[in-house]
Amino acid sequence: MYGMPVELALRADDLRKRYGDTVALDGFELAVPAGTVHALLGPNGAGKTTAVRILTTLTRPDGGRAEVAGLDVVRQARQVRTRIGLVGQHLALEEALSGRQNLELFARLNHLDAAAAARRAGQLLDRFGLGELGRRPAGTYSGGQRRRLDLAAGMILAPAVLFLDEPTTGLDPRGRNEVWASVRELVAGGTTVLLTTQYLDEADQLAGRISVLAAGRVIAEGSPEALKSVAGGDRLDLVLHDPADLPAATAIAARVAGAEPEVEAETRRVGVAVQDRVSALTEAVRALSDAGIRVEDIALRRPTLDEAFLHLTGKADA
Amino acid sequence: MTTVRWALTDTWTIARRDFARWARQPAPVVIGLLFPVLVVLMFGYLFGGAIQVPGGADYREYLMPGAFAMAMLFGIETTMVAVSTDAARGVTDRFRSLPMAPSGVVAGRSVADLAHSLVGLAVLIGCGLLIGWRAHGSPAETALAIGLLVLLRFAMLWFGIYLGLVVRGPESVAAVQILVWPVAFLASTFVPPQTMPGVLGTLAEWNPLSATISATRDLFGNPDAPADSWVTQHALLMAIVWPVLIVAVFLPLAVRRYARGGG
Repeated sequence: MYGMPVELALRADDLRKRYGDTVALDGFELAVPAGTVHALLGPNGAGKTTAVRILTTLTRPDGGRAEVAGLDVVRQARQVRTRIGLVGQHLALEEALSGRQNLELFARLNHLDAAAAARRAGQLLDRFGLGELGRRPAGTYSGGQRRRLDLAAGMILAPAVLFLDEPTTGLDPRGRNEVWASVRELVAGGTTVLLTTQYLDEADQLAGRISVLAAGRVIAEGSPEALKSVAGGDRLDLVLHDPADLPAATAIAARVAGAEPEVEAETRRVGVAVQDRVSALTEAVRALSDAGIRVEDIALRRPTLDEAFLHLTGKADA
Repeated sequence: MTTVRWALTDTWTIARRDFARWARQPAPVVIGLLFPVLVVLMFGYLFGGAIQVPGGADYREYLMPGAFAMAMLFGIETTMVAVSTDAARGVTDRFRSLPMAPSGVVAGRSVADLAHSLVGLAVLIGCGLLIGWRAHGSPAETALAIGLLVLLRFAMLWFGIYLGLVVRGPESVAAVQILVWPVAFLASTFVPPQTMPGVLGTLAEWNPLSATISATRDLFGNPDAPADSWVTQHALLMAIVWPVLIVAVFLPLAVRRYARGGG
C-alpha cells in the first residue's frame, strides 16, 4: 500500500492504537485528496481525536501507517510538522497577549525570523478580519474572534493540511458562522482540511466527504448526500390530532409507501420512507380524509444527516 | 549550528510568553513573591520569640536561610501549575505539532521560572535585610550560597515539570500544594532537627532541603545547630549532590514524557 499518489494530502492505512484495555483505533483508513475538506464524524470515544493526534505526530500509532503530504508521520515527524496546521478543541492563545503578539509568537515558533513573523502576523490578521483588533489582548475577543485568531495561528506556514479538531465546540451560532466563513475561505484558497466534529450540520456545511467513525473504525464514507441516502430516500411524516387514530394511520402509511412506518406514540407521529414522493403524499391525504382521521401536520422531507448517522452508528452497535 | 540557534530562540520565545503574561497580569505573580515574605514575618515575629536557637543567637539570622530554601521549594508549585495548565488547555500539544525544537517548551519554562525565582529570592533577601538578617561571609561565599539556592530551584523545576506533565486535573495540583508543607517543615527550615523526636529528626536531617539550608547558613555566616551526624557534617557536598541527583532523575523523565505526549 506504500508509495501514495502525490495528489493525496492525507492517507491512513490500517491505523491501530490502544490505551490500556481501550481500543481507540481499530484499523482506521483514510484517503483525502489535496484541496478537499474531509470530515471525521462520530460520537465521543469513536476515535476521531486519536486519529488526528496520530496524523499530527502527537501520538505514535501501535500499528499501520499514515502519511501527510507524502511524509510518514512517524519516521518523518519533524518534516510533517512543517506542513500541517493544528487547531484543537482548546484555544492555544495567550489571553494576556494581543492578537498580533499571539500570531508573532506562533510565527517565531514556526521559525520565521522576527521581521517575517511581524509581516505574517499582519497578513493573517487582515485575512481573518481581525486587523482592527490586532492590538487588543486576545482575552477581550468574542468566542468567534478567538477561534479565528486560533485558526490564523494554525495557518502561519500556509500548511498543506489544516486539522480542525471540533473547531466550533462551545461557540454560539454567530461565532460558528464566523468560523465556517473563515474555513470556507481557506478551502477556496486551496487548503486541504481534515475536520472532526460531533455536529452533523457542520460536516454537512463544510465537508465534501465524510467518514463516519464508530469504535475506532470507519463504518461509512461518502459525500453528505450519499450518506443521507443511506437512511432511506424521502420521508413522509404525519402528525395526528387524536392518538386513537394511530393504528389506522399507520396502516394507511404502510399501504401508500409499501414500507414499514415508524411510530412515535408520544408525539402522535408516523413516519415512513417513500419511493414516489408526490403520489404517496396525495394518496395519503385522500385515504386519511376518507377514513375521517384529523391530521395536524403532513409533510415530505429529505432525510437529515442525523438520521443517517443514527442509522449507521446504530447498526455498528448491533 | 542553526539547530542550536533555533533551540535557543524557541526557548526564549516560550519564556517571553510567560514574561508578557506576568507584565499584563502581575497580581498572581506579586502575591506569589510576597507569600514567603509573609511566612518570614510570621515566624520571625510571631513564633520566633518562643524558638531557642543553639548558642542563643538571633532567631531571624537563623530563619532567613531556611526561608530562602523554602521559597525555592515552593517554586515547584509555580512550575507544576504552569505546566499542567498548558497541558490541560491543549497548548502543549499545539506546540508539539509545530516545527519548533522539541526542547523549546520545557527549556523556556525553566528559563521563565528561574527568572521568577531569582526575583523572588531578591525580594526575600531585601526582606531579610530589613528585619536585621545579614550575610557575614565573603562575597564569594555569599555568591556560592545564592548559587546553591538556585541549584535547588533548578532541581525543583525539573521535578515540577515532570509532575505537571504527569498529573491530571486541579485536584492533584492541590495535593502537591499541600504536600510541600510537610517537606518544608520536616527540615531544618524553622527549627533545628535535633529538637524533633528521633526518627523525625533523622528524616529532617536527610531532607535535601536541610542540606541546602545548612550549607547556606554556613556560607552566609548565620547561626546553625552543631553538626552531629554525617549528613549535617557534609552539608555543602549534599547541597550539590541532592539537586544534581534530582535533576539526573527528573530531567530525562520530563523530556521523555514531553516527547511522548499524552499517550
